Amino acid sequence: MNETFTKSMARNIFYGGSLFFILVFIGLTLHTERVLPERDHRENITPEVILGKKIWEENNCIGCHSLLGEGAYFAPELGNVYKRFGNSTAAIVGFIKSRPVEGIPGRRSMPQFNLTDEELQALAEFLKWTSEVNTSNWPPNIQG
Amino acid sequence: MKFQSQSVAMPYFIAALGLFVGQIIFGLIMGLQYVVGDFLFPEIPFNVARMVHTNLLIVWLLFGFMGAAYYLVPEEAETELYSPKLAWILFWVFFIAGVLTVAGYLLVPYARLAELTGNDLLPTMGREFLEQPTITKAGIVIVALGFLFNLGMTVLRGRKTVVNTVLMIGLVGLAVMFLFSFYNPDNLVRDKFYWWYVVHLWVEGVWELILGAILAFVLIKTTGVDREVIEKWLYMIIAMALITGILGTGHHFYWIGTPEYWQWLGSIFSALEPIPFFMMTLFAFNMVNKRRRDHPNKAAVLWAMGTGVMAFLGAGVWGFLHTLAPVNYYTHGTQITASHGHMAFYGAYAMIVMSIISYAVPQMRGRIANCNRAQVMEMWGFWLMTVSMVFITLFLTGAGILQVWMQRYTDTPLPFMTVQDKIEIFYWLREAAGVVFLIGLVVYIKSFFTGSEQEAVEDYTKSITQRDYAAAE
Repeated sequence: MNETFTKSMARNIFYGGSLFFILVFIGLTLHTERVLPERDHRENITPEVILGKKIWEENNCIGCHSLLGEGAYFAPELGNVYKRFGNSTAAIVGFIKSRPVEGIPGRRSMPQFNLTDEELQALAEFLKWTSEVNTSNWPPNIQG
Repeated sequence: MKFQSQSVAMPYFIAALGLFVGQIIFGLIMGLQYVVGDFLFPEIPFNVARMVHTNLLIVWLLFGFMGAAYYLVPEEAETELYSPKLAWILFWVFFIAGVLTVAGYLLVPYARLAELTGNDLLPTMGREFLEQPTITKAGIVIVALGFLFNLGMTVLRGRKTVVNTVLMIGLVGLAVMFLFSFYNPDNLVRDKFYWWYVVHLWVEGVWELILGAILAFVLIKTTGVDREVIEKWLYMIIAMALITGILGTGHHFYWIGTPEYWQWLGSIFSALEPIPFFMMTLFAFNMVNKRRRDHPNKAAVLWAMGTGVMAFLGAGVWGFLHTLAPVNYYTHGTQITASHGHMAFYGAYAMIVMSIISYAVPQMRGRIANCNRAQVMEMWGFWLMTVSMVFITLFLTGAGILQVWMQRYTDTPLPFMTVQDKIEIFYWLREAAGVVFLIGLVVYIKSFFTGSEQEAVEDYTKSITQRDYAAAE
C-alpha cells in the first residue's frame, strides 16, 4: 500500500463502512421481522408446539440431527420429517418411543429418552409446525 | 516480556491448551461413532460427545483470546495491567465454571442438567453451540465484564495504539453479541435468525478483529516492520471483514423461513468474505518479507504465516465453495458444512491462539525464543496438525460431495442412513487423519517441555555470532 493511501483513510473506511453496514443490517432485520408472519405461520404456534420446542431443546436433539439444515449431521434432517413419515405425528411418536435402551449393535441409534406421551405428542406437533414453515422449497427432496 | 503483570496470561494459555487436548479426544470419539455407531453407547451418546467437542473449542479459544489480551494490552499500552488479581480471580471463575459445565454434560442426562440448573426460569439451552446452562451463560457474561473492565482501565491509562483499539472493539463486540444467546423466542424461525447474531457475527465478524489485532501484534514483534504500515493493513483487513461479513450473515438466511431477498444479499456479500482472509495472507507474507530483524523465534513466525494461509483456505475458499444460494440449496447441512467448519476454526482461530502462545510463552519464561530443539519440535507439531487438518477437510469434502449427490442431487434420492453407510470409507480416513492430528498435538505440547533456559541462551548467542560473521564477510 503506497503513501497516498494513509492510515487515517484506512481507519475512516473501517469506521464508516462498518457503521453503514450495521445500519443496513438493522434495517433489513426490521423488514424481515415485518414480513416473517407470512412465512412462518406463527398463528399455528400453539402452547403444545411451544412445549415441543422446549422438549426438543432440553434433550439436545440438535446434537445429532439437523433442523432446517442446522445442527449436527450425524442423524437425519428433521425439518421435513413430518412429511417424510407420511404426514403423521403418530409415526413420529412411535419411532421415538421404540428406540432400544441399549442401542443397536454396531450401528448408530437414537437414545431412549423416556418421554411421556404428552411430551412426545408436543414434540411431534413442533416438528409438524416446522415442516410447514416456508423454507423456499428446501430441502430439495423428501429425504432431507 | 516488558511488564510483570503480563505473566497473568500464562494460566490462560495453559488452560487453553489443556482444553484443546480434551476437545481433540472427544473429536476422535465422535469420529469413531460415525463408523462404529454403538461406540460408548449409551454412556456417551454422540450428542454429548459433540457438545463437549464444540464447547471445549469455544472455551479454549476464549481462554486463548483472554490470555492474548492480558499479554499484549499492557505491552501495547506500556503500562502494568490494571489489576492482575482480578485477572486471576476471573481465571478461576471461568475455569471452574467451564469444568463444571463439561462435567454436567458428561455425568447427567442433558434434560436433567436443564432441570438442575433451572432452565425453566430462562430457557436458553439446547441450541447448537449455546448448549451451556443459563447460569453458565450468566457466568460468562460476568467474566467478560470483569475482563473488559480490567483491560479498559489499562488501555485508558496507557499509550493508545491501533492494535489495542481494534482488539478492544473485537472483545466488546464479542461480549455484546453473546447477549443474544439469552434471547430464545418460541418461534423457531426467529430463534434461528437471532441465534446467528451470536454465531455468525462472532466468527465472521468481531472475532476477525481479534484475530487481526493478535496477528498484527505478533508481526510487529517478530518482523520489526514499521507500526504505521502494519496498522494501515490492520484497518483495511478489519474494514473488509465487517463490510463483507455483516451482510454476509445473509448466507444463513436462505432456508430457515426468512425472506428470499437474503439469497441475493447473502450470496453477494459472503462471496466477498474471502477478501479479508486473503489480505491477511498477503499481510503476513509481506511483513515477513519486509522484516527488519530476524527474530530467533522462527516457530512464532511460522504460526503467524500459517494462520494467514489456513484461515484463507478454511474460512475463505472452503466457505466460498458452498456459500452461493443455488449451491447451498444442495449442500446445506451436509458433510460439506462440517469440512468447512473444521478447517476454518483451525486455520483462523486455533492457529492465531497458537501464534500468540508461540511468541509469548518463551517471553514469559524469560527467553527471547526457545532453543532450536524445542522450536523444531514445535514446528513438527505445526506441520502434523496442519497437514492432518487439510486431510480431515478433504475427506469430509469427499464424503460431502457423495452425500449431496446420493441424497440430494439425483432423481432417485436415497435415505440419509443408507447414504451414510455408502460413504463410510471417508469417515474411516477422516478418523485416521484425526489420530495424526492428536499425535501432532502431543508433539506440540511436548515442545514446551523440551530444552532448558541454558540451551535457549546458547542457541541464541550462536545465531547472533553466525549472523555477525556473515555480515562481516
